[in-house]
Amino acid sequence: MELRVAGNCAYAYTGGKSFDPKLRAVLFIHGGEQDHCVWVLQSRYLAHHGYAVLAVDLPGHGRSEGPPLARIEDMAEWITAVLDAAGVKAAALVGHSMGSLAVLECAARFSERVSRIALLATAFPMRVSPDLLEATKSKESDAHGMINAWSHSACAHYPSNPGPGFWVIGGNLRLMQRQKPGVLHADFAACDGYKAGFERAAQVKCPALFLLGARDAMTPARAGRDLARAVPNSTVVTLASAGHNLMGEKPDEVLDTLVEFLRA
Amino acid sequence: MAAPRSLQFDTLSLHAGQRPDPVTGARAVPIYFTTSFVFRDADHAAALFNMERGGHVYSRISNPTNAVLEERVAALEGGVGAIATASGQAALHLAIATIAAAGSHIVASRALYGGSHNLLSYTLPRFGIQTTFVDPRDLAAWKKAIRPETKLLFGETLGNPGLDVLDIPAVAAIAHEEKLPLLVDATFTTPYLLKPFDHGADLVYHSATKFLGGHGVAIGGVLVDGGTFDWEASGKFPELAEPYAGFHGMDFQEESSVAAFLLRARREGLRDFGACMSPASAFQILQGIETLPLRMERHVENTRTLIDFLGKQAAVESIAYPELPSHPDHALAKRLLPRGCGAVFSFNLKGDRAAGRRFIEALRVFSHLANVGDAKSLVIHPASTTHFRMSDAALAEAGIGPGTIRLSIGLEDPEDLIDDLARALSAAKA
Repeated sequence: MELRVAGNCAYAYTGGKSFDPKLRAVLFIHGGEQDHCVWVLQSRYLAHHGYAVLAVDLPGHGRSEGPPLARIEDMAEWITAVLDAAGVKAAALVGHSMGSLAVLECAARFSERVSRIALLATAFPMRVSPDLLEATKSKESDAHGMINAWSHSACAHYPSNPGPGFWVIGGNLRLMQRQKPGVLHADFAACDGYKAGFERAAQVKCPALFLLGARDAMTPARAGRDLARAVPNSTVVTLASAGHNLMGEKPDEVLDTLVEFLRA
Repeated sequence: MAAPRSLQFDTLSLHAGQRPDPVTGARAVPIYFTTSFVFRDADHAAALFNMERGGHVYSRISNPTNAVLEERVAALEGGVGAIATASGQAALHLAIATIAAAGSHIVASRALYGGSHNLLSYTLPRFGIQTTFVDPRDLAAWKKAIRPETKLLFGETLGNPGLDVLDIPAVAAIAHEEKLPLLVDATFTTPYLLKPFDHGADLVYHSATKFLGGHGVAIGGVLVDGGTFDWEASGKFPELAEPYAGFHGMDFQEESSVAAFLLRARREGLRDFGACMSPASAFQILQGIETLPLRMERHVENTRTLIDFLGKQAAVESIAYPELPSHPDHALAKRLLPRGCGAVFSFNLKGDRAAGRRFIEALRVFSHLANVGDAKSLVIHPASTTHFRMSDAALAEAGIGPGTIRLSIGLEDPEDLIDDLARALSAAKA
């Protein structure tokens, strides 16, 4: 589905069903240098189980127009604009990595628009090492290699994603390569520059799920748990043998945990 | 900060796509001899059918043993996924059938394996799919042959029978300029010698019967999606970028930005055409892939030794191998195939068809049969077997002489192979 947000086309995958704003809404926000398809299994399942689903492409990513947003704060505001455009008063927000920070910021500042939040593979601060940040600017291919190696905990995944026969590590690399030049650096600079995490965490009023990977080398689970402790009503679930690419490596566990959290 | 290290080719050959079985602890890949898989409950069943969860339903569509093979080959090629098929021919058909239909057109190299040539020349036209064949070295011909209804450019990494080296970067550039994908048959090279995706190809397939398996005990194919081609931006592939009534109105490119082709190939092609691989064959081919780097190195080493020997024999008129300066693609081979040009080549014996037959019959280590890529050395004399109905003039047009001998060099002691060839060359003169 295409929405008009701030004068640009904003794309949202609706899980293979027509979007019905009268249903309980769930909005998925991907991480840096990615797009909506990282959520394909989870969003498709929820869309066929009574939810109105929007798995968005952030500006400049995938099919959405416009330049990438420079700050996490901008992404939070953009999320509320997407809800406006879709006719949704309040939604559950699910974010991965960079998207999780946008979810946190949005829930703290626009609490009336957010019913609950799920933060996957999150950490605060989400600092990016100087070498990697420089590579995102000067040599994206090197940065992609580093990110891909750090994002996976194993070279075999069951049942794989989106299904058997798909090579998760190769798919993640190609998805990053598919994004436009400059998006990667903008995303990682936004993560690195976000300073308000603990402050915003304390302001979150809705239930919050922290879904972490025990072997996450990009956003270590320890840092995710630190952030969770700052959120008043939070639950932490740590998936064993999972790296940063949680939806790719553990699609069923991610879905089952989200379903339980959203039902509660 | 030390940059992280990704697993290398030799390690991926052994581990990609497989972990020790979490229930039994089995370290080797189990053979899942089952047609079907039990659903946890009704919701799980519906979710699997509607692609809301990944998993296995029925072994024609996917099987855990096959999935290991598929993910391993995809990892070695640098793709986003793969589909194991009943044969290499089934992989080629699946690739074409996923994006072409009646009225479609293909531009293909004329230097193809005979089975592929038959499919494109005689069989697919019955279904309304036409092919224009071009000299693979003539880049202008590739471009000129493209029509509005063209869906695909297709060639072999090493062509048949002259080992024409496909200029993948140049042909891919022509394809991409016209918003078309390039499909490559990489059977003769395997990803150990050449990774077509690194040079611009979009789809790759193998007859896994050959070097991937390496043992000559299993027939199979593997079709790999590089995940590089933007089917939607091309505007020529509604099969992948518009809702498909045959699968719940799914728009495959919307479901996956990088693997739309593979999604449709599995969800439609395997489902409807059904040319799936047996899990027993997948297991056997996986056993071969575990030693692929070691075997390919030895295949190439032995081939070089034998070419050196044959080049010094008075009874040998010519040898076609791209590592030789006399081969028209020598410079291109140095660029694309620095690890070697494979282990299949042809040479021309001086003399007539009878000399070729005498040569074949005198061999004791080489096996006379219609296959390549075995651990054992193989030989065939096209003029008296695969092409025996053709006149000498027709043979010449196909690049085959009455004394042309095709060898597939195995892993034996090279001195034993030299002795065998020397005996046969002597017999051929009689």
